Amino acid sequence: MEYKFDEKARYSKTHEWVRVDGAEAVVGISDYAQNKLSDVVFTDLPAVGKELTRESAFMVIESVKAAEEVFAPVSGTVTARNEKLVRAPELVNKDPFGDGWLVRVRLSDVKELDSLMDLASYRKLVDTL
Amino acid sequence: MSFIPNTDADRARMLSAIGVASTAELFRDVPKDFRFPKLDLPAALSEHEILTQMDALSRLNAQGPQTPSFLGAGAYNHFIPAVVDAMVSRSEFATAYTPYQPEVSQGTLQAIFEYQSMIARLTGMEISNASHYDGATSTAEAVIMALNVAQWEKKRVLLSAGVHPQYRAVVRTYTQGMGLTVGGDESTSIGLVQLGALCDESTACVVVQYPDFLGRVAEPAQLSGLAQRAHACGALFVVVANPVALGLLVAPGEMGADVVAGEGQALGNHLSFGGPYLGFFAFRREHIRKSSGRIAGQTVDHDGRRSYVFTLSTREQHIRREKATSNICTNQSLNALTAAVYLTALGPGGLKRVAELCWHKAHYAASRITGLSGYSVPQGEFFHEFVVCCPRPVSRINARLFEKHGIIGGYDLGMDYPELGDAMLVCCTEVTTKEQIDGLVTALEDCRNV
Repeated sequence: MEYKFDEKARYSKTHEWVRVDGAEAVVGISDYAQNKLSDVVFTDLPAVGKELTRESAFMVIESVKAAEEVFAPVSGTVTARNEKLVRAPELVNKDPFGDGWLVRVRLSDVKELDSLMDLASYRKLVDTL
Repeated sequence: MSFIPNTDADRARMLSAIGVASTAELFRDVPKDFRFPKLDLPAALSEHEILTQMDALSRLNAQGPQTPSFLGAGAYNHFIPAVVDAMVSRSEFATAYTPYQPEVSQGTLQAIFEYQSMIARLTGMEISNASHYDGATSTAEAVIMALNVAQWEKKRVLLSAGVHPQYRAVVRTYTQGMGLTVGGDESTSIGLVQLGALCDESTACVVVQYPDFLGRVAEPAQLSGLAQRAHACGALFVVVANPVALGLLVAPGEMGADVVAGEGQALGNHLSFGGPYLGFFAFRREHIRKSSGRIAGQTVDHDGRRSYVFTLSTREQHIRREKATSNICTNQSLNALTAAVYLTALGPGGLKRVAELCWHKAHYAASRITGLSGYSVPQGEFFHEFVVCCPRPVSRINARLFEKHGIIGGYDLGMDYPELGDAMLVCCTEVTTKEQIDGLVTALEDCRNV
């Protein structure tokens, strides 16, 4: 199976990605993750202002066959959520690195990014799965 | 006749497959003395002997129309049209266990969908689930749902003292160990306004009963006001309702309820010594992801034909495990079907008529009892139950009512509401006759000095 990746993003072991965008970061799940979930039917997005703690669950994504928690790849405060997902949760499947993003976060510790995988390491992880 | 389907040869094969010489060897880890303890049982009886014995036992019960009963308190004696039992006892419905695979169970799923549609209309809610065990568990699930909606950031639950005492006990059992504060029901002197005043930002839900356990019917404006107060605090407004009363009263959905839960036994289900009963559970669409229980939905199959499936089961424990909205996936399908057949047989007009008859009979009874010296009925609107303040302890009055007059008296409120003193909860339904009520009045007079 060939998966898509985003070279600008950094990745967690639990298949979330984070991409720095100015003073904030965008968070989503990887193409591998959406593929394993299959058709996403609901995203239980957190409220703006919610504090995220690295490696703690902050929302749930439901697909036709599972309900999985999404873990925060970085700590910070939610500044925006992808409201398009309320009506079109399938965007997570169609464009996981683009229109299927989940939340924007104001990072509380930029250094946390260093502990995440870069594209090469994450690709290697996915290849072993 | 043997009910064990496998033969000696089958058993021998199974034992050899697992490498055990005899069945007895399977129990060798159990100390010898405990393996086959002597049971002090009488000799086996034939089927005929058993039936005779059971019949004799059942005759010891005070039962049937010859024993007038004024007990209610959550379990209600209504007339059940013959069509209800005839439909429900069909083996397709009665004998199937978890018949929910859409490929083979369209009948059951459609029946559940129709039940849900009726409950949603009756309560004024958008969605109903496939049911819970009983009124108590439904009420507790409503509380859990409110905690889920608040993402467990609110730790306070307000219960009206007018909610059934057993339902409140079950709410406390369900939520123990969750670090919650459950209160508001310390005394009946805490009215709806005071309950609203107790509501704050940390409150997940406010739960009231309509009509309440004491039969009282609050003004819709009062309940709407409490709903607004709850919503202003970010809390859900939960109404525990009697579905028969809803045939007559304003639907809770019109008064701002977010969840309407309650006991559905009164809808065509027999009293049956207290169960199995039917917990109904209806709510607003916006909270559907946080709701408990199964939900049947209508869809179309591959060929575009109308069909039914369980939907949104990702909320349930077999998929979301410990993060499920409830630990209970099951429902009371046969009892829910009973309610659906009952409601269909009566129709909206019929249900309203039943409710009116209940109301009129109870009000006739109350007006007669009010006229008795020593007895009084507190002021206020009520449905088919009302409090009677008695001149003597209710236990003594009830003993004499039964032994001397063959009447089952009302529910003794002393245990649950000591602040009410010697108070009895009297219930009348459409099957209570004027003669029975007049008989009760005469008998109560006789019990004045008991």
